[in-house]
Order: sequence, then C-alpha cells, then structure tokens
Amino acid sequence: MISRRDFLQSAMAATALYGASSYGNWARLAAQQSITQDDLLRFDTFGNVSLIHVTDIHAQLKPIYFREPSINLGVGDNRGALPHITGADFRKAYGIADGSAAAYALTYDDFAALAASYGRVGGLDRVATVIDAIRAERPDALLLDGGDTWHGSYTCFHTQGQDMVNVMNALSPDAMTFHWEFTLGQDRVRDLVGGLPYAALGQNIFDAEWDEPSEDFEPYRFFERGGVKIAVIGQAFPYMPIANPGWMFPDFSFGIRDRRMQEMVDEVRAEGAELVVCLSHNGFDVDKKMAGRVQGIDVILSGHTHDALPEPVLVGETVIVASGSNGKFVSRVDLDVRDGRMMGFRHKLIPIFADVIAPQPEMTALIEAQRAPFATEMAEVIGKTAEDTTLFRRGNFNGTWDDVICDALLSEREADIALSPGVRWGPSITPGQDITREDIWNVTSMTYPNVYRTEMTGEFIHIILEDVADNLFNPDPYYQQGGDMVRTGGLGYRIDIDQPQGSRISEITLLKTGETLDPAKSYVVAGWASVNEGTEGPPIWDVVESHISKLGTVASTPNTSVKVVGA
Amino acid sequence: MNFTRRETVLLGLASVAATATGLPAFASLTDDAIAEFTGGADVGSGGITLTTPEIAENGNTVPIEVSAPGAVSIMLLADGNPRPAVATYNFGPLAASQSGSTRIRLAGTQNVIAVAKMADGTFQQAANTVKVTIGGCGG
Repeated sequence: MISRRDFLQSAMAATALYGASSYGNWARLAAQQSITQDDLLRFDTFGNVSLIHVTDIHAQLKPIYFREPSINLGVGDNRGALPHITGADFRKAYGIADGSAAAYALTYDDFAALAASYGRVGGLDRVATVIDAIRAERPDALLLDGGDTWHGSYTCFHTQGQDMVNVMNALSPDAMTFHWEFTLGQDRVRDLVGGLPYAALGQNIFDAEWDEPSEDFEPYRFFERGGVKIAVIGQAFPYMPIANPGWMFPDFSFGIRDRRMQEMVDEVRAEGAELVVCLSHNGFDVDKKMAGRVQGIDVILSGHTHDALPEPVLVGETVIVASGSNGKFVSRVDLDVRDGRMMGFRHKLIPIFADVIAPQPEMTALIEAQRAPFATEMAEVIGKTAEDTTLFRRGNFNGTWDDVICDALLSEREADIALSPGVRWGPSITPGQDITREDIWNVTSMTYPNVYRTEMTGEFIHIILEDVADNLFNPDPYYQQGGDMVRTGGLGYRIDIDQPQGSRISEITLLKTGETLDPAKSYVVAGWASVNEGTEGPPIWDVVESHISKLGTVASTPNTSVKVVGA
Repeated sequence: MNFTRRETVLLGLASVAATATGLPAFASLTDDAIAEFTGGADVGSGGITLTTPEIAENGNTVPIEVSAPGAVSIMLLADGNPRPAVATYNFGPLAASQSGSTRIRLAGTQNVIAVAKMADGTFQQAANTVKVTIGGCGG
C-alpha cells in the first residue's frame, strides 16, 4: 500500500515538473513576446479542493512595479535555504531563463530593462479576473487572505482601511488573518472585523488582560468544499506589539503559541476535519519551524515575509506556500483529499502581469470609486527619477527608496544620522518615471508617521543596530520578527550576521566626517515609525515630498555604507 | 521632543549589558539557587512543561506557565534578573494538578528556568530564553 508520504513526494515531483514546464514555457513565450492570459492561468484542475491565496497586498489596488530583493540572507539552519536565495541562484533553482517573464517576476537583475518590456504587475481588478477564472473551473474554491491588506496607501490611510474592505468584500474571501490592520487602532479593527462577511481568524490573538483567546476573532472555521470537511486555522503576526505600536491595540496579545496551534489542530481533527489549512502571517522561516513542531497541518499558506516561491516547500508532510506581496501574485493550490487525508497536490504561483491579464470591469469601477475622492491630490507629480535610477525597497539593507527617505530626513530635519524602518512593503519606481504623491505614500503610509528629531549617544545607536539585527539574524526563527535591517543615513557600519547579539555590529562611522562613532558623544538623529506613544514631528510623507520637490530629479548612487560579513 | 522611548531604551540597555558578557550576569546566583533546591542531585529534562513567550511583548509583565505532573514542588528562576528567584510552588498530596502561572518582570533577554522536585525525589528542569527587545520595524 502506498503511504501518504509517497503520495506527497510523487505529487511534489509532479508539481516540480509542472512548475518547471510552466515556467520554462513562460520564458519561451516571452521570447516571442506572446505571453497571454491563458498561459498564465493554464492549470489542469486536480483533486477535489482548490485553495486561492493572496497575502500582504498592502492596499495596492492598482498595478505597480515591484522589484524583488538582491539580498535576502538566511541564518542558522536557513542559510542558503529557500526562500533565502536571490538573483541567478534563484533562477537556477527553478530553471528560469535570464530575461524571461519569470525572471522579471521573481528576481531583481535587469529590473529596469525588464520592467520596460513586461510592464506593471498586480492590480486587484486583474486579481479579480484570475480568481473568477479559478472559480469558473472550481466554483467552490476557498479564497484566503493572509493579511496586511488594510495598510499601505494614500486611500487606505484616509479611509482607515475602508477602501480595502470594500474591494476585498467584492472578491468575497472566505477567511482572513491580520497584522498591520491592528495599526488602525483597536476600535477601528473591531468595527471593521465586526462587519466582515467572512471569517476573521487568529488562534494566537489573545485578550491581553486575561491572557485568554480573544472574543473578537475565531481560532478556526470549518468549510465544506468538494465533499471535504476543511478546517482553516488562522495565525496572526505573532509580534504585533513589539514590531508595531502596542499602545494602539492595548487589549490584544499575540505570540506564536504553537502549543495552542497543536491543540487547535487536534480539536479540528477530532471534529472530523479531513484537511487542515493554516492561514498564517508568521513569516516563512517561522512557518517552517512551526511545521516541524506542530503535527497534522496539511497546508500552510504563508505570509508576512513577502517571499514568492514558484513551488511549495515541504516540511515533513506539511506543504508551505508563499505568495509574494503587493498584489503581484496569486497562488492556486489544488488538493486531492480522500479517505480523510490529503493525498496529493498541484500548485501554481500565478504572476499578475497587468498588461497581460484583463482587468475585471466591475472591479475596475469599484477601485476607481474608492480612489475618486482623492484622485487629484494623489496624481500630483512631485518629481521624477533619473534615467539610470530605479527606486526600490526590498532587501536586507538599504534600498534606493530608503536612501531617498534617509536623505530627506538628513536634509529636511538637519540631522547627522537618519533611521528608517526596514519594512518590506512599498512598490518600486522605474527610471525616468514621474514620482507622484501617491508613490510617496505607497512607501511611507502608516498611522504612526511622525518624524522625530532627537539626540542619541553613539552607544545607544549601537544598541539599536544590534537589537534590530538580532530581530533579523537570530539563528532561531522564533526570535525573528520578519522585517529587514533598519535603514540608515549618514552612517556606515560593518555587520557580521553570524555573531550573537552585541557582537554583530562594528566600525560604526559617521559618514559626513569619516570618524568612528564615539559611544559617549551625542548625535542628532532623525527617524520615523517610532513605536512609542507621543512621538512628535511632521509626517514622513511631507518630509519626503519636500525633499523630492527640491531635488526635481532623483538620482541614486550605489550605497556602500554597510559592509556585510558572513553572508 | 518627548522621547518616550526612554523606558524601552533602559530595557534595551539592560538586555545588552546582560548578553554582552556572553553569560547572564546573575548566572551564578541561579546555579546556587538550583543547587540549594536539589541538594546537588542530578537534574533531568522530561516531564516538565514551561510556557513562555519567545519575545516578551512587555518586559515588565511576562506571562509564564509551568506544569509538572507528579511534582511536589516547582521552583521558577529568571537568571538575568538581579534577584533570580521568582516563585516556588509546593503541592500537597491532594493537589489536583501540579502547575502554576504568573507574570514576571524581566530586566532583559534571559533564561526563565523551572526545576521540579518529583514525588520520588528526582529533579526535572526546563529552560526557555525570553527575549526583551526595543522592537520597531516589522515587515
């Protein structure tokens, strides 16, 4: 008798073949400049259940450019492991041809040139077309949103997430979990969650006072699809009050809580679940570790770290799917569930090429209706990029967008040193492109945007760098928060990622004088996105807008201020 | 500006002070307390479950929970606090369960340790690292 493990492994091989052939196919079609919607959607419907996963949309309603990272280091057991490969290594791992559509979607090289050929990605009206097409083949497919949906744009900020709720409701998801949503403040979150026509899930969302499961969120919900009893268990971002301002949602506590996750899996299995899906905002490495500790999860739909993987990663018998960010990808996972168990799967990471996939007209109209009240302010052109400059953020250290933001902090706030958060959201701007107010908000929008200006000692700056570095490079994923390294302006340093906290950072240099930072001396520091209540200063988008309007044309120069060791 | 980061800054400083030496500053006090509790007996590692957050949401009030079925006594320690002793739970023969939970203050990143004395006189130990961080920028 063939075991479930054999089934999964053969299914994995089938997926690999399928994935490779479909990716290779893109490359060939792209070479002929004839990539079509049918090519992107082609999928041999498999088994009896379909899952559709979107995550980390960050309120990007419209098509955008999004450059994937050139540096995404793994540490400990994850050194060099998926998803911690980039560029040529990534293409080699999946058999993706240089210069192909898949290379453009998944890797960073030649980004500006490929962006000119392949155009923008994402747009929820294109996502709607893809979801409609999958539902045409499998009418009862489950649509699951991994969260970071109600955050990240001009309209989302000004409507306190209402624009995204309206648009997502039209897509009719079955369930959602959460992260940045909580930065709308707990009252607004309760309002919006209370009105959702689908499940708001998080087994790890607790009442902070009583340390009991929150009454505002369900741990899981059952669905009956294709004759299969499916349990979807939610896992919200575990480190909300640490990575984001806890004072905005003081009633809530989070954490990984993997023992409770095991209890929930056991509970749903006892109630007859034949398929257990975890809709997670843990981040990929945390999900991998959790999959090895919690028994009985069939599929983890992974979000938070914005990784896009053309094939799932298997941990034991758990399939982990990573679906990118900013509306750039939709994952489809078809499953064969028989005799109360998952017997095989087929998967496709569908890139949303905005010029190839037709927008769904009703959704286009709905999106425009959300944007109309703000259209004039958003469209104002503040500056443009130079012909050799791409602005991007993703990567473990400063992206070019971060450099622009740090320069704005230094010059507009007359500071020695700038600190900017290492978040992973924010679309890219291609060479010679106008930079609108909307573009600036896309990389700065948040509910705690104030730019502080303060003095910090050299010693304290060192402590901050060490602290953030450990949140990224601690060898145990459960101690990582999933962002990237804090971005710095006016400051250079050396980082050895393999050292323990307190010993990673050295050679901290004040760039304007070339001097080594004196631990006892105070320096003027400007930064934003402080998690502390009562932070004062102008919002970051005004500071960046003022800087860019003075520059007119934004040109980036290679940033060599961070020396990375141990990569 | 009002730099309200002050409190977290102090926590951060404590954290670095503790980790910079490579060993928790008060480790020997902890070792002494464990030696006193066990009378120097060997300590095993099964049959005791210690639940702590991996990263504290607030270092001033960290929820911890310990359970050791069959224990007569469980001692809790925080090895990076100036006074590592947290609590010792004693269970009588009629106790329905041998578990306890409380909230503790942690001066910085450190190990929380639970040692259980079992009914047969053997000892079991569990330890978890709890990280206390400045925090800031999640993706």
